[in-house]
Amino acid sequence: MSQTMMRNQMLETVTKLFQEDERLALVLADISVAALDPIFEQYPERAFNVGIMEQTMIGVAAGLALEGFIPVAHTIAPFLVERAFEQLKIDFCYQQLGGNFISIGASYDYSTEGATHQAPGDVAVLKSLPAMQIVVPGSAEEFDRLFRASYANSAPTYYRLSTSANNLNQSVEFGKLRLIRKGKQATVLAVGPTLERVLAAVKDMDVTVLYCTTVAPFDGITLRQNFTGDRLIVVEPYYAGALVPDVMQALAGQSVQLTSIGLPHQMLRSYGTVAQLDEIAGFTVASIREQIAQVLSLVK
Amino acid sequence: MPTMALPHIQSLIRLATGDEKHDASAYSTLDVLWVLYDQVLHFDSANPHSPDRDRFILSKGHGPLAFYAILADKGFFPTQALTTFARAGSFLGTHPDRLLVPGVELSTGSLGHGLSVAVGVALALRAKKSPRQVYVLIGDGESSEGSIWEAILLAGNLQLANLTCILINNYSSSRNLGNPAAKFSAFNWAAHTVDGRNHSEIYSALVQKDVTRPTAIIAQIRNEEK
Repeated sequence: MSQTMMRNQMLETVTKLFQEDERLALVLADISVAALDPIFEQYPERAFNVGIMEQTMIGVAAGLALEGFIPVAHTIAPFLVERAFEQLKIDFCYQQLGGNFISIGASYDYSTEGATHQAPGDVAVLKSLPAMQIVVPGSAEEFDRLFRASYANSAPTYYRLSTSANNLNQSVEFGKLRLIRKGKQATVLAVGPTLERVLAAVKDMDVTVLYCTTVAPFDGITLRQNFTGDRLIVVEPYYAGALVPDVMQALAGQSVQLTSIGLPHQMLRSYGTVAQLDEIAGFTVASIREQIAQVLSLVK
Repeated sequence: MPTMALPHIQSLIRLATGDEKHDASAYSTLDVLWVLYDQVLHFDSANPHSPDRDRFILSKGHGPLAFYAILADKGFFPTQALTTFARAGSFLGTHPDRLLVPGVELSTGSLGHGLSVAVGVALALRAKKSPRQVYVLIGDGESSEGSIWEAILLAGNLQLANLTCILINNYSSSRNLGNPAAKFSAFNWAAHTVDGRNHSEIYSALVQKDVTRPTAIIAQIRNEEK
């Protein structure tokens, strides 16, 4: 990949912002500690590695938020989201505190490590939390843009970083869908790093493509304004279907045939590269193209 | 309830009904909270968010009636509000809500959250070079939660001398905690065990701060009071 990895961008963005914004505080749980060493060196009073205690990482972040700091907590997705889920719910959402939760290891990025280190259900569970904002950038530059726009907005926000990324950056805005192209037969909504695959899959199809990097709050207005045809295909890089309630609400009153493409709702028990797991999960350009073509073949 | 102390607070508690199942929990905290609010904490009930206040977190959340009664007695809200406890339209629930109740620092109820948050608050005060203190109250039953021990390990490691954890031990835990003070000590805390009904013992422990370690106070509530 020629682009900067999202994780490297995150390290750079957070480090830079620490120099500019003295409200920022960092709480880690043994992951990325060495990579963020400049922050620990320069700002030891507001940078903490709690050790391998993710629940306490989030609780400590909440304590810092109560006192006016803007915490950034970061670790691998399953430990950040699933291990510490109740802390995200109670210590942040219930208290109405702002904080930033940055994960790496999206879905099966840790492709040889099994389900213990994988979290394709992260977005689905976080969407159950009122007030939790969810950002799924499609590239390193998009992460930088989205993080800067939202890190201090007083809401709890989850940033889902992946090794999979689009080669082209989009001029994304926090909280907004972006219209990539306009077509007639159907509408395809691509989330984060799926955009490149979606564009390759539909290159000769007459479809509208919308791009989503803020999953919550979802921009239903732009979907409604640009919805074309009566078929909507949502392509998500995690368990398929997390956005279904949002898109149906946005298109309420319209007759919509909805197709959800994403990872299958099952525990993967395979190893290899991410690309090999994509093959097993049916999450390739060819598979996405086939599913969209099938939907379009039904268009009269 | 066996404790005969603080009749004016007990009469306030009796204004509220509807959470009798947590009476033991409420009364077990009564004397510690009274000494804390009457003699130790810096606060301004007219300005509950003053930066110049000590922070108190009722981590266990259950049985907040003694807490509410003392907050009302100290002027955070009218004592008559206690008559609305747990009713529709009241701001006083059976677990405290920081966004509704003046003087409540953290909304609690699910066990094992408050101590970690208190560590974060203590770190924040340290970063701000504030002289103010952080007090957090946990229960012995709550101490079965793994997150409590995460936070105990962390606070001891970080030498958070501005943090005091009060463990109300009314023997409600299904697990035998053994000697809690010895356990805190093993995690680098200064630990004291006091009679949870003896105001002078409670006061002495609360003001006897260690300069390099967090402080744990095990407040023993006699078994027959359960």
